[in-house]
Amino acid sequence: MKRILILGAGTAGTIMANRLHRLYRRNVKTADVTITVVDQDQQHVYQPGLLFVPFGIYRPEEIVKPRRNLLSKGVNYVSAVIDHVAAEENRVYLEGHEPLDYDVLVVATGSRVVPEETEGLTGPGWREKIFDFYTPEGAAALAPKLASFTGGRLVINIVEMPIKCPVAPLEFAFLADWYFTQRGIRDRVSITFVTPLDGAFTKPACTRALTHLLTEKRIDLVTEFNPGSVDGAAGELRSWDDRVVNFDLLVTIPPHMGAAFIPRSPGLGDEMGFVLTDPATLQSELKPNIFAIGDATNVPASKAGSVAHFEAEVLQENVRRYLAGEPLDPGFDGHANCFIETGHHKALLIDFNYQVEPLPGKFPFTVGPLSLLKESRLNHLGKLAFRWVYWHLLLPGRDLLGIPARMSMRGKRLTLNPAAAPQPERPPTTETVAR
Amino acid sequence: MTTTTLAYKDLERDAEGFLKRPEDWNEAVAEEIAREVGIETLTERHWQVVKFIRERFLTTGSAPSIRTLGKESSVPVKELYQLFPKGPAKLAARIGGIPKPKGCI
Repeated sequence: MKRILILGAGTAGTIMANRLHRLYRRNVKTADVTITVVDQDQQHVYQPGLLFVPFGIYRPEEIVKPRRNLLSKGVNYVSAVIDHVAAEENRVYLEGHEPLDYDVLVVATGSRVVPEETEGLTGPGWREKIFDFYTPEGAAALAPKLASFTGGRLVINIVEMPIKCPVAPLEFAFLADWYFTQRGIRDRVSITFVTPLDGAFTKPACTRALTHLLTEKRIDLVTEFNPGSVDGAAGELRSWDDRVVNFDLLVTIPPHMGAAFIPRSPGLGDEMGFVLTDPATLQSELKPNIFAIGDATNVPASKAGSVAHFEAEVLQENVRRYLAGEPLDPGFDGHANCFIETGHHKALLIDFNYQVEPLPGKFPFTVGPLSLLKESRLNHLGKLAFRWVYWHLLLPGRDLLGIPARMSMRGKRLTLNPAAAPQPERPPTTETVAR
Repeated sequence: MTTTTLAYKDLERDAEGFLKRPEDWNEAVAEEIAREVGIETLTERHWQVVKFIRERFLTTGSAPSIRTLGKESSVPVKELYQLFPKGPAKLAARIGGIPKPKGCI
């Protein structure tokens, strides 16, 4: 009997459990394979929806479902807090539950925000004039605050990288511009985007497009600002090099870390609690029978659901190969694909990987090409439709309407900055088409 | 490959000024890069950070984050920002002749 144990029932863990269940359905029936998922709580949050909660577009209860209902029947679900992974024993210790032994372990415990890491962030003013929107509680608390905001300085701040969905803070700024315009008080609100990066985004072509949008929407940009402390009472965000940004309302993206059990599991993760992972095979550096997927890894890809989805295709194959004693497929290319909501019923679409930055052009898609790096209404509709896609196609581990795991160069224009966009390692013609 | 020391201006660098080959680096190169980024003199504290960051990269293959620097280089975060204004991890990496830290995706 082979025991597959998956830690975490978020986006990555749920996709992985359902894919592996489909792969091993017969073996699960004959009890030759068991698939068990562990998570510490019962509610699965549709995280892309958190962006819309503060603006009253979604209500908090519209973006959660019970985790168990999203897992295939035949997958065992254990609700317990993970104490640590004992790699040498092939065993995971849980709090208040007997330990679980495994033949293959998949770590999919994501990342979490840790506002306590920044001095003063959770002090006076927390959830009164300082909010996060990366948690259901934070997003829900921010909605009435925005609704009653009559004007002043709104500051959106990223404390440090990496963060989940690196474009969400910009989307928040764009939506805030739209929201206050709708309410007729945009002239009384200043919006400032404060980032530790040296531009609006990390990739050059994308930064240019987004900087242009910031200017157009009268959103001020402060770069290379690394917050050392926050004074809620005075409304001051202070950098380590003593620059100050004043706010009446601070929307912060606190530091992110991996799950708390990772530092308690010797050799598994880095100092931030992210699992040391091979970027191409997704095998852990600690031991061959441990793999990691999604936000939980330290691979240099975006922490985003689309990345977890693309990784799942490669990881499913590598779990199969590992159990069959075959060499692993170094097939993950860092592919990410994100809609960027820009307000006023429009959105951008970006598609990139480890080597190729987001490029302009057209993205081939079932219903017709979507514009890359350019605002359009169709992209906005795509973003809204994605909630249905998430629950009904993505989590069950289905392929997404013909979008392959490996990034395609089809439709992308390379003319803007050829030097910054090397060709992918394998030519597009040899791409594996999504099954 | 030649063993003679190349002048800094002849070394291959990426678009952001990071050395392409960490093995091209030496202390004189570090001083030149430092002047280029506006640090006139590298003090003992600067060297402590630069050498730590380089050593860490050469042994682990990745540059330490500002968080690790603050905890393990024995120079506190506040001072790191005084020594290397704006982006200590990035600047120290550049002066240390290693690639730009991957913290930002």
